[in-house]
Amino acid sequence: MVDLWEGLTQAFWLIVSLDAELAEIALRSLRITFTALALACLIALPLAALLAVRRFRLRRTVIAIMNALMGLPPVVVGLVVYVLLSRSGPFGALGLLFTPTAMIIAQMIVIVPLVASIAQQSLRELWHEYHDLLISMNVSQGQKMRTLLWDARRALLTAALAGFGRGIGEVGAIMIVGGNIDNVTRVLTTAIALETGKGEFALALALGFVLIALAISVNLAIHWISQTEREGRW
Amino acid sequence: MSALFPLSVRGATTRRRGKVLVGPVDLDLDTEGITVVVGPNGAGKTSLMRLLHGTARLHAGTINWACDVKTARNAQAFVFQRPVMLRRSVWENLAYPLVIRGVPRREAKARALDWAKRVGLAGMFDRPAPVLSGGEQQKLAIARALISEPELIFLDEPCASLEGRATREIEEILMAARDAGTRLLLSTHDMGQVRRLADRVLFLLAGRVHEDASASEFFAGPNTREAKAFVKGDIVE
Amino acid sequence: MILRVVAVVISACLAPALHASETMRMAVTTSFHNSGLADVLLPRIAEDIDLEVQLLVVGTGQALKLGEAGDVDAILVHSRAAEEAFVAAGHGPRRTEIMYNDFVFVGPGEDTAGASGAASATEVLQAIAGTEALFVSRGDDSGTHKTELSLWEDAGIAPEAAWYRAVGAGMGAALNTAVGMGAYILSDRASWLNFGNKAEHEIVFSGDPVLFNQYAFLPVSAERHPHVKAGAVEKLEAWLISPTAAELINGYAIDGEQLFTFNAEPAG
Repeated sequence: MVDLWEGLTQAFWLIVSLDAELAEIALRSLRITFTALALACLIALPLAALLAVRRFRLRRTVIAIMNALMGLPPVVVGLVVYVLLSRSGPFGALGLLFTPTAMIIAQMIVIVPLVASIAQQSLRELWHEYHDLLISMNVSQGQKMRTLLWDARRALLTAALAGFGRGIGEVGAIMIVGGNIDNVTRVLTTAIALETGKGEFALALALGFVLIALAISVNLAIHWISQTEREGRW
Repeated sequence: MSALFPLSVRGATTRRRGKVLVGPVDLDLDTEGITVVVGPNGAGKTSLMRLLHGTARLHAGTINWACDVKTARNAQAFVFQRPVMLRRSVWENLAYPLVIRGVPRREAKARALDWAKRVGLAGMFDRPAPVLSGGEQQKLAIARALISEPELIFLDEPCASLEGRATREIEEILMAARDAGTRLLLSTHDMGQVRRLADRVLFLLAGRVHEDASASEFFAGPNTREAKAFVKGDIVE
Repeated sequence: MILRVVAVVISACLAPALHASETMRMAVTTSFHNSGLADVLLPRIAEDIDLEVQLLVVGTGQALKLGEAGDVDAILVHSRAAEEAFVAAGHGPRRTEIMYNDFVFVGPGEDTAGASGAASATEVLQAIAGTEALFVSRGDDSGTHKTELSLWEDAGIAPEAAWYRAVGAGMGAALNTAVGMGAYILSDRASWLNFGNKAEHEIVFSGDPVLFNQYAFLPVSAERHPHVKAGAVEKLEAWLISPTAAELINGYAIDGEQLFTFNAEPAG
């Protein structure tokens, strides 16, 4: 209990004093997760739209695999990416291991199935609603996908936020592929693991509170932005 | 001038899970203004229109337009019993058929405004379509069908769940469209609507065209026992 | 307000941190990192030879693996047999001893096993095994773990009973576990002194020469891994055996206790 209280006060002072190291770590966390999320959405959203509008033989299989991959253990993803990117691995020549890029790749892999699955469900509902009209209008496959993605953008935002939540709080994969190098690949979650290892519970908790505050602020900010849009138009 | 007509249908049949929904149907359509499809529930009104439109599968027979299938499809529009509203504003719904055909956004918006005025929706131009009333949604759906200037519009019981005023407004829009040269194929349960709108009547029973006559002939004296009973208001099976 | 936040975010993302012109990666053990010595040495290295050393903090086992794979440029570990095997297998050209610290036995304040009365490390382990007091082992193939296992072997005990808990974790996590369970544990002195969650635990035994812990610096073979920054590694090695390093290492103390003893052969 003492640790919890100490953690809270320490978190408060870290934020109030705009601690330079904390700011750097927090910004790195945001940058890595947002980049991974953006790339993940570029893959997941068109995939989800395609799965919604197109009937092909392996469609059900793909959806089942995607849903199963939502529970992909990050630490396994990290390990696989590590082995692939290691100098002695197939992509070793790129020299990406222990860089933010490697962390982005690992997080992207963790996020894609989650975003794709959630997006696919809402797009499927919308497609059910639009199906007759778009078929009647003889709309092309690409136009169908674009129409669904655009009209379902609020639901897709929720999918993206879920992806953000999974990414920003993830430690298993990025610890392995990033190496938690000070000033280079240290992010909030790996810093928390490090401070816990040192027995510095108060500092670890403080970082934890900062992480939670950050995740909540991003969610609120995005909801606020979509809310103002809604009020303007709906 | 007409790309679509004459339409010639011979032995057209569509099935679902082996059961015949419509057919075999023989039908010729040419100069009629409004053709109304009537018949009891399950007679195949919706299926016939979908078959002609090309959104139901043709299992047997032929459907020949004066042009190729793709051109024919693009010269048609379909209005559903329950209007499908895109989750967008009224004007974006109206402009949608133009936008997907590559019309520049500005021009599409101008034409959308023109149509919104014609159907009395100009006042809610920027409102999201899904919050409109049922009648407003159906007017929007009809305007959205007309905006790409199709030669033929299918309307599947467009006024089925609407009150009198909305029905009258929609009928006015449809008659204006007919006068502008658009052909309409409309299904309904409302015999009053048949009298008000129909130039020609197709009486469907058990998936077949049971009677095909001009409106005046149909109401003056239906040829078959079933059609007589239907006009009278009796239950026909 | 929003604009200002955005500006701060963007500048923070773009601004390069104040780094040296050259960088290299070195795998070090958790125990070395937990000692805090790196925080003293690295800024000075950046200043003296304009080199940013990025530390990967792992167990000795993983450090050696990273070196074998060529994922780091050098390693700094403390497990002599494994280091010599590393060099013998050609993964690194040489092994340079830099400094040593020592291991200590940490246990609950009441010392239920009576370890503090022991005359040697062997006796401590025999006392623990005899009373079946809880003992936490790193169990992670690290240098500390390997030392601990060889000590058990010297004592003629095969630690496989229920009181022996292998946690498979780094030094800090293992210390947390030991404190939480009221168990004994073998730790390097530096990690223990820097540990923030000591509770009622304290050092119960230290000083036996078998507990001395030699750190060595191993460059990764540039022959096998052409991308290794051999030049930077050489510069770093030269600095690590220099009088400047000796002064900093010998002078580093926590609570007045010297942690490391510099013992590199002077260059030349």
